[in-house]
Amino acid sequence: MSIVLCRIDDRLIHGQVVIGWGRAMGIDLIILVDDQVAASDWEQELYRMAVTPEIEVRFVTMADAARQMSEWQSNGKRGLVLTGDLETMAALRASSPDVVQRINLGGIHHRAGRRERLPFVYLTDQELGTLQTLEAGGAVITAQDLPTTVPVALRALG
Amino acid sequence: MSEELRGVVVCHGALAGALVDAAEQISGLGGALIPVSNMGCDRDTLEDRILAAVDGHPAVVFVDLASGSCLVAVLKRLRSEQLVKVVTGVNLAMLVDFVFHRSLSPADAASRAAAAGETSIRIP
Repeated sequence: MSIVLCRIDDRLIHGQVVIGWGRAMGIDLIILVDDQVAASDWEQELYRMAVTPEIEVRFVTMADAARQMSEWQSNGKRGLVLTGDLETMAALRASSPDVVQRINLGGIHHRAGRRERLPFVYLTDQELGTLQTLEAGGAVITAQDLPTTVPVALRALG
Repeated sequence: MSEELRGVVVCHGALAGALVDAAEQISGLGGALIPVSNMGCDRDTLEDRILAAVDGHPAVVFVDLASGSCLVAVLKRLRSEQLVKVVTGVNLAMLVDFVFHRSLSPADAASRAAAAGETSIRIP
């Protein structure tokens, strides 16, 4: 199989990711692309504790991810690529557009300057513009926190 | 200890508020526990909420799950603090025990609360 989900979720690996999406999509590989976590053994240990033993977890930097996306696309596992921010996902899309074709907005929460678009998606106008640029370039972007909820198209978030 | 410990309860959704409310109803002691929710905020904001709740005081921080965003946020900002201890798997029994033993050291209060919480889990 291949990468079956590319998700932006600022809470990184948590219940919605492991239980919600992991079970529904038969995920057996989670790739967390986050430079900070990739350099922190104790954070990696904590995130591993949230994952069932049958799911492999890899913690990689943005640079490593860009190099390995093609391998993950063809290694026989059902993979979930996870980033904590849209800048990292945009960079992955730029480096591997053939792999990052669909982007799931799973959790981008409130911070100063952001406006609520959905209860689990807050964006500044600039961030919305970044996503619109990605979509104009061919990516399909929807907001959906769990597979049991209805996906919301990016155009509905403006 | 000259200063009584502060209890900070960090949970998903509305759980922390409900636990604190229930603990206060049972114990009759108000103000010993401060609830923090991860609702509607990103990681940085959650860390700020936790830091504001502890506010530099000696404390025991109770977290719902032994993994996940709440625990990561707590440990990220407080793991090197000597006067703050963290207990996961928070339940009502441990909070009720804690509010009556806030003159202990953070380590002793955390151990005692964890034991009280474990003891309360039974199949009667």
